[in-house]
Parts: sequence; structure tokens; C-alpha cells
Amino acid sequence: MGKVLLKINNLKKNFGKLQVLKGITTEIDEGEVVVVIGPSGGGKSTFLRCLNLLEKPTDGEIWFEGKEIIHTSEAEKNAVRSEMGMVFQHFNLFPHMTILDNITIGPRLVRHANRAEIEKKAMEVLDFVGLVDKANAYPQQLSGGQKQRVAIVRALAMQPKVMLFDEPTSALDPEMVGEVLELMKKLAKQGMTMVVVTHEMGFAKEVGTRVVFMDGGYLAEENSPAEFFGNPKSPRLKDFLAKVL
Amino acid sequence: MWQNFQDAFYQCFTKNNRWEYLFDGLGVTLQVAVCAIIIGIFIGFIVAVIRASHDKYGFFPFLNILAKIYLTVIRGTPMVVQLLITYFIILKSVDSKVIVAILAFAINSGAYQAEIIRAGITSIDPGQMEAGRALGMSYWRTMIHIILPQAIRNVLPALGNEFIVLMKDTSIVGYISLIDLAKGGDIIRSQTYSVYLPYLTVAAIYLVLVMTFTWFLGKLERYLRNTGADVVSNGS
Repeated sequence: MGKVLLKINNLKKNFGKLQVLKGITTEIDEGEVVVVIGPSGGGKSTFLRCLNLLEKPTDGEIWFEGKEIIHTSEAEKNAVRSEMGMVFQHFNLFPHMTILDNITIGPRLVRHANRAEIEKKAMEVLDFVGLVDKANAYPQQLSGGQKQRVAIVRALAMQPKVMLFDEPTSALDPEMVGEVLELMKKLAKQGMTMVVVTHEMGFAKEVGTRVVFMDGGYLAEENSPAEFFGNPKSPRLKDFLAKVL
Repeated sequence: MWQNFQDAFYQCFTKNNRWEYLFDGLGVTLQVAVCAIIIGIFIGFIVAVIRASHDKYGFFPFLNILAKIYLTVIRGTPMVVQLLITYFIILKSVDSKVIVAILAFAINSGAYQAEIIRAGITSIDPGQMEAGRALGMSYWRTMIHIILPQAIRNVLPALGNEFIVLMKDTSIVGYISLIDLAKGGDIIRSQTYSVYLPYLTVAAIYLVLVMTFTWFLGKLERYLRNTGADVVSNGS
């Protein structure tokens, strides 16, 4: 594996009196595909949202490319976020913009990219994901699977160093899950660093380089997919896997 | 009968060029209404963003208090009283009654528009702000490019209604002896002692103004609907 991209040190997050993350420490290397699984309420999404500071961590450190990012200025946080792509469960496409504008607005506003150039690039990527004929459509004209693929392309348009996926297939009709996972697989093959919160165990086994079990605000167990699923150690994970597999 | 009407018409509008009262008055009405709406939009946006940002994210605690006081005072006192206070106290040294009227109505309308726009901002799914921020856009940039365009679209009918109310409300500027359309009609009545023709004509002109505006607004709404989402963005 490559060098360390993200270093998380004793990360804690409270919502009022409720402590959702109770001290997470881990590292994510370049090119890794880290799949985070666990019961709901275990802190998976909060952990992911802390990584790009959509949630402000209560305590701890996050190092991104050798720089601590929690205790920085607002402008630097924006810059860090622009280096991390995020895909949401509910897509969160911008409904008042065409697909093409959805994809290009980030590079245009944040990176001041040349409009013609970035649109040409966006069309190429849309072609790659088979949605080039939807470039001038609006999000509400797309199916759920198409929306999520556009959302992935939108995040990729910023040329991020890492992609964060927050249950990307949980809001999809079953027959559309496949097309989204397929695209994520392609991304992983190209060497994109990915952190994926999901309930898709098949994806975790097949694509993940490391699987992480989060439970009760702790990073309870982590291992390679084969070990993780084949030889779970903690009773809690055994119990969880017995229920979902 | 017809002869009577012709006489009255001559008395009210033709003689001494009395139609000019209505014509010039209409000019004043439009001037006050349009300028007040435009300035009111600015006030409305700023106050709405301050209030919504505070309620959602705890930003601008001090400005939020100012905004709340502004909203309470403006919405809690009659427009006529605000107009009189502006004219006789706050802007005592300003000579132009038109400017006084414009500012009084802008400040008043800004408060109502702020609450409408704030409702629009609140109606937008929080995921939209998150998606903008996740791309690296700043809070303001996301507000301007992502949230406000959708918010405005959602509250356009309510905003249009506020503009209509404002346009008609300008008919009270006679209180500071500014001669607008309504006052113009009143002057004709006082000179000719005929009530029907001047007042009904004034009413008809207001009606045509509002109908024209409503038609235009309908066009705008249809246009926006055709360019994508007229929905409260949810799961898009």
C-alpha cells in the first residue's frame, strides 16, 4: 500500500450529552478501500462525516496528507473538503441545475476551472458512466441509480484524493444497486482511495482491502475481508455477521 | 344619460387637463412601488439569511437580535404610522417626499419579504448545504448558488403576493401629501364634486396594474418550472 493519507487520532464526537464516537484511532493509506460496517447508531456515518468536517469533531485529531485539519481556518477546511469527494445516501444533487451543471459547478466555483474545458471533461466522464445523453436533463428526470452515478461523477470532478461514500446504495431500489456498485468497483480498480459506509457485504468482501466494524462508538474490529468475514474475533461481530449474512 | 356621462367625463378628466393628476400620480405610484420592492428585496435577503443562518447553525448571534427587533417593530406597527414617523421624524431633513415614501415602504416590505424568504431557505433539504460544502464551497457560496435559487423558486407565489400588497399599500402616501394615483383621484373629486368617475377610474387603474403584474409573475413561475425543479428538494 501507498503512504498514509488520513491519520485519525482518538476522534470523539458528542451530540449534546450523547457520545457517538468514543475515541477512534486508525490510518487510511493511499489506494485503500476501507469498508465500514456495523449496526445503525454505531457511529459509522458520523465517523465518515467527521473525516471531511461536515460534523465538527468534539475532540481528537485528523491528519490529512500530513496536516492537522480540525484546528484550522474556515478557508483551509473548505480547501480540505474540496480534496475529499463525498457521496450521500440521498444523492443531494442540485435540483435546479442540469446534470452537466451539477458536475461542473464545483470545479468552476472552487477551482475556477475554464468552463468549456471542464464541460468537455464532464462529458467524457458522463460518457464513461453511460449517462452522456442526460447531460442537459434535470435530476428529477433521472432514476435513483442514475442520480447516484451522477453524484459520484460530481464528486470525482473535483479530482479528490479520497472518496467518502455514506451508504450510497441504501436509498436505491434493489435493481439499481448493481449499477452503482459497479461504478464504485471501477473506481477502486483505478486505485482511488475510498472509505465506504455500507450494508453491502458482497461489496465489502469483493472490493474492500480492509473491513472495519464500528459498534457503540468504537472501532471494534478491523481486518482484511477474508479474515474479517472468515474468522471474526469479537462475539459482537460474530453476532452481527450471523444476523446480516 | 350618455350626455351626462360625457359631461362628467369632460369635467373630471378633460377640463383643465385634470387627467394629468391621474397620469402623474400613476408615475409616482409606480416609482414608489418599484423602488421599494427592489430595495425591499435586498433588505429581505440579508435579514432572511441572517435569521436562517442563526437558527440552523448559530451564526451571527448579534445581527440576529437586531434582525428580530427590526421584524418585531415593523410588523407590529401600522404602515401609515411608519410612514408618518419616517416623514416627520427620521427623515425630517429629506426634501423629496418620493424618497421618503420609497424608504418607508422598502423598510416595511423588507420585513415581510425577509420572513417569506426565510421560510424558503428553511424549506430546503439540509443535504443541499452539505453537498455544496462537501464540494469545498464556502457557506456563502453554497447559500448563493445552491440554497437561495431553490428557496426563491419555492416562495415565488408568496413573494408576488407581497409585491401586490405593497403596490396597493402605496395608496396611503397621501398622508404625507405626496400625490400618487389615489391622491390624484381624490383631488379630482374635490375639484369636481363628482365621486363615481374619479374613484372608479383609480380603482380600475390599480386593478390593471395588479393584473399585469400577476400575469407576468405567472409567466415567470411557468418558466422556472420548465427549467427543472419546482419541488421542495427532497432526495434529488
